[in-house]
Amino acid sequence: MSWSVVQQSIPIFGQAFWLTLKLSFYGIIGASILGLLASFIRYFEMPVLQRIAGMYIELSRNTPLLIQLFFIYYAFPEIGIKLSAQTSGIIGLIFLGGSYMAAAFTGGLNGVDKIQVESGKAIGLTNWQLARYVVLPQGLSLSVPAIAANVIFLIKETSIFTVIAIPELTNTALDQIGMYYHTDESLLLLVIGYAIILIPLSILLTWLERRARYGAFGN
Amino acid sequence: MAHSGINILFEGRNFTRLLGGLWISAKIAVIAIILGILLGIIFGALRTLHNPVLRFVLRIYLEFFRIVPTVVLLFLFYYILPKNFNMNLGAETVAILVFTLWVAAEMSDIVRGGLISVPPHQVEAGEAIGLNRLQLYYYVLLPQSIKLMIPATINLTSRVIKTTSLLLLISVMDVINIGQQIIEANSQHYQNGAFWVYGFIFILYFILCYPLSLWARHIERKELAENA
Amino acid sequence: MPDKLLTVSHLNKSYGKKPVLHDINLEVEKASVTVLLGPSGSGKSTLIRCLNGLEDFQSGQIDFMDQTIKPGFKKWQPIRQHIGMVFQSYDLFPNRTVLDNILLGPLKVQKRDKHEATEQAMQLLKEVQLADYANVYPRQLSGGQKQRIAIVRALALKPEFMLFDEVTASLDPEMVRGVLEVMLQLAHQKMTMLVVTHEMNFAQQIADQVLFLEAGKIVEASSGQTFFTQPKTERAQEFLNSMAF
Repeated sequence: MSWSVVQQSIPIFGQAFWLTLKLSFYGIIGASILGLLASFIRYFEMPVLQRIAGMYIELSRNTPLLIQLFFIYYAFPEIGIKLSAQTSGIIGLIFLGGSYMAAAFTGGLNGVDKIQVESGKAIGLTNWQLARYVVLPQGLSLSVPAIAANVIFLIKETSIFTVIAIPELTNTALDQIGMYYHTDESLLLLVIGYAIILIPLSILLTWLERRARYGAFGN
Repeated sequence: MAHSGINILFEGRNFTRLLGGLWISAKIAVIAIILGILLGIIFGALRTLHNPVLRFVLRIYLEFFRIVPTVVLLFLFYYILPKNFNMNLGAETVAILVFTLWVAAEMSDIVRGGLISVPPHQVEAGEAIGLNRLQLYYYVLLPQSIKLMIPATINLTSRVIKTTSLLLLISVMDVINIGQQIIEANSQHYQNGAFWVYGFIFILYFILCYPLSLWARHIERKELAENA
Repeated sequence: MPDKLLTVSHLNKSYGKKPVLHDINLEVEKASVTVLLGPSGSGKSTLIRCLNGLEDFQSGQIDFMDQTIKPGFKKWQPIRQHIGMVFQSYDLFPNRTVLDNILLGPLKVQKRDKHEATEQAMQLLKEVQLADYANVYPRQLSGGQKQRIAIVRALALKPEFMLFDEVTASLDPEMVRGVLEVMLQLAHQKMTMLVVTHEMNFAQQIADQVLFLEAGKIVEASSGQTFFTQPKTERAQEFLNSMAF
């Protein structure tokens, strides 16, 4: 292992680091919106939409991100949809993450006591008001640990973006190894890159889980 | 469309080749799951003992395999073992090794979670009739917690199957790798090769994983109904 | 002839094949108190939940004010502001203060003026001796206090009709009286009420009409005093004996 090589490689890994963060950010935001939507549709048992949401969730959860990406990036152009690699990556992450986020939100919503929903109905709240004032505020805090776990999971999944040549951390490391044989140095920087993002998140998650066990409200 | 694209799947030996690739993935997954579960049960049981050093080491091991993305784990073992430890393993062996250690790490957490959910008075009752520690685990703790562990273990299995899609990255001749070759070899005749081949592999994975997720959910629901 | 607020005719309900309510007929007059009695599992709670649409039913109809409600009825939401309901378990929203719990319905459902609604809420809180607790969160309250607030929350909608589903059943004994007193006070103010309870003394004191339910059927319907002093059916006698010490 040569420290000068490590030092030389820092800038290019820095760029990759920011790209990993950027793509993760868009993907996670998109997945959260999609997941919240899907969990709402299922929670309020909206006709037709409920079936579509169910099918989407099964497809997304039971197939690997890699093949989802290949399909978006290589097969979509054949049916007339051309997307850049980064856009494909973000869409893939949203498609995958949406179902995991939906499960997290659904878990939280279902964790809200049924009597809470009924007493909301009893004072005449509409479905939308019920969600806004009763179910969401309580359900969201219950979902937080699962959401945090999904955030970690989705950031890790961005490592698969390397297969469609997006220059994020993993791809950059493989490039450095392939071009200059800087194997040890690149792998070191690669692991450090992920560690900087994921260790604080993982500590946060442990803390959130512990806090959730004691209950944010408690009767 | 001159050719009907779906025929790319049946051209020559393409179909059997794809299934052959799936077999490689399946073989790696099955071996890793079996070894990983056995190892994970031991690690999980060890993590419930009151030995702080052992618990710390196993916890670090778990966190390492959890935090580092699986792709990166594959590369770490693929590049570092031959170069620094002079171990020349084939890509498939590296894959089995990585997947086994990963499954064992995740499994240890499932097993530990199940074991500590058994009420402490069960342990005391077992000790009171004179069971030793091993007997305590075998006759009291494991049987009572195994029901809790099954859904999570099935979900882990499904994750392993999905993760076999990464084998391509260390040049294992898995179903996706073969799919890529087929698309390239037939690109002149089939403009929609990627659509059909990747679509087919997408469905293959779905067919493997969907029943597992239904099964896990079924067990969870039954468990809930019994406890209600 | 006194005004009817609610009429239930030939109502049937089952869960799958299991019948839970069988040919229920009842009338509730304005400003009267109806008490539903019966052993546990007799369908009292299910019946009361049918009356504000928390449960659907298979046949029969409910006439409430000028609405006719048939099985599969979907437009409960506007009707519910005229029916207050208090449940057995403390059902305050833990994420909102006492006052916010009470104001949610008046402000969001009825779109009333905030100042006016707050004034009414504070008045109601004063009547149940909890005016000092307006800005605390439910977790800081005792069970009895929570139940009194839950009653206020229902009253804040200015309902025509109040449903009480075993509201003292999960309270510690020393908390029960305070809640029952609030209900008696309401009865004096001529609120129309339907009450499911196991507190026999209270029932005898408050009931204008008693309906005795068993296995999903109304076995006996009589005026409050008659039921407790001269029960007509053997089952009602046995029930009263089993509740007495």
